[in-house]
Amino acid sequence: MVDDCAPLVCRDIHKSFGDTPVLSGLDLEAQKGDVVSMIGSSGSGKSTFLRCLNLLETPTSGEVIVHGEPIQFKQNRKGIRVPADQGQVERIRARLSMVFQNFNLWSHMTVLENIIEAPVHVLKVPKKEAIERAEAYLEKVGIRERKDYYPAQISGGQQQRAAIARALAMEPEVMLFDEPTSALDPELVGDVLRVMQKLAEEGRTMIVVTHEMAFARDVCSQVMFLHQGRIEEQGSPEQVFNNPSSERVKQFLAPNFQRSIF
Amino acid sequence: MLDFHGYGPELLRGAIVTTELAFASLALALAMGLLGASAKLSGSRAARGAATFYTTVIRGIPDLVMMMLFYYGGQVLMNQLSDYLYYNHGIDFFVQFDPFMAGVLTIGLIFGAYMTETFRGAFLAVPTGQIEAGRAYGMNRFQVFFRIMFPQMLRHALPGIGNNWQVLLKTTALVSVIGLSDMVRIAEQASKAEHAPFKFFIPVAVMYLSLTAITELAIKWLNRRANAGVVGGI
Repeated sequence: MVDDCAPLVCRDIHKSFGDTPVLSGLDLEAQKGDVVSMIGSSGSGKSTFLRCLNLLETPTSGEVIVHGEPIQFKQNRKGIRVPADQGQVERIRARLSMVFQNFNLWSHMTVLENIIEAPVHVLKVPKKEAIERAEAYLEKVGIRERKDYYPAQISGGQQQRAAIARALAMEPEVMLFDEPTSALDPELVGDVLRVMQKLAEEGRTMIVVTHEMAFARDVCSQVMFLHQGRIEEQGSPEQVFNNPSSERVKQFLAPNFQRSIF
Repeated sequence: MLDFHGYGPELLRGAIVTTELAFASLALALAMGLLGASAKLSGSRAARGAATFYTTVIRGIPDLVMMMLFYYGGQVLMNQLSDYLYYNHGIDFFVQFDPFMAGVLTIGLIFGAYMTETFRGAFLAVPTGQIEAGRAYGMNRFQVFFRIMFPQMLRHALPGIGNNWQVLLKTTALVSVIGLSDMVRIAEQASKAEHAPFKFFIPVAVMYLSLTAITELAIKWLNRRANAGVVGGI
């Protein structure tokens, strides 16, 4: 499909909580098949930025454009910027599925129910078809035999892979990952990263907030280093990891070089 | 063979009245509780204020006083409203304020106030990540509420609902004071006439006990269902 519009673009995103600025003018452009990683220390604004992309946080200013469609904002009675059309936000969220740090699988539903929930109730996919689709994705992330378990009955790594299957089942244009391995035992991190690598190789568009430097270096097509709500360094992995111009980036990466998880 | 001196059928009718009263009051209490909790958790200051006023006032007044207020006071207000409508607007409107209605209103409103607190705590106990995941997947407000919030809230609310229900059921005995022919009132009349308090009050006690025991089982069953997926749960 020829398409001039990038799946996800945002321009000059600012976000403050009260008087505290958290993001100060961030831009992002993800073309189809891009895997963009956002790295940086805790508190640098990576997760907040990611949450602005699907409007879990409303940017104080700036534009978010999904496949050429800009999200509309308005001022509410108190003068705070809010989305103008909740229906538009819901429609757009259904096209950008998110994987959370703490998985956030719905705890009252089995793995399979979790995966068909949004396809059936949001996308209105017939249930039978949704189940077939769910089983295929569970197979892909390697936990098909866990489909009738509740989230609390499986390991963290399995929960996160179920959450990835839930995200895939939406057949999204862009997948957003918010530190997907930070809550996992070191042993389980590899399973999840391998699944994510497979998705990257399939040409899925992904935005990944992560502390896994090896993943950012080896799998991603673009790396953004955030520091105090600004982009400190941005470019290809070679450029950011091997040739950073910023002192802050050098300092941050120094202890990380030897580590590999694959 | 038990001999109720011919009061058997009446006692049975009384038991049915008690059961009907309890369930009707429970329905009102649950509705008021959900409404009150939503109001207390809403962004609107007026709604929060109204709900706080409701729970503070209702929980601070004895059940019996409130029941008498509703029964006697309610009828007076109704008569005045009826007169006003008839003389000024020619509308013929009148509702007899019977003890059953006063009972349901009073008990429903009292327990609605307790349920408000039960539901409020239960809603707050649902982890925000669960709700956020719903929003992130494009669910609208109703879907987030009915598919995620409500079923997860129930886990935390059911034990409190169970307690409230038992107290509510026993509170229905108060309506005998305002003249409703529930099983307590029938037993009282019969035991006075026949000079046989044990013969009439023990069956009443057993009846209450069986009602609470049966519904306790139902609540346990609901609890198990609501807690599906909770490891180490109930």
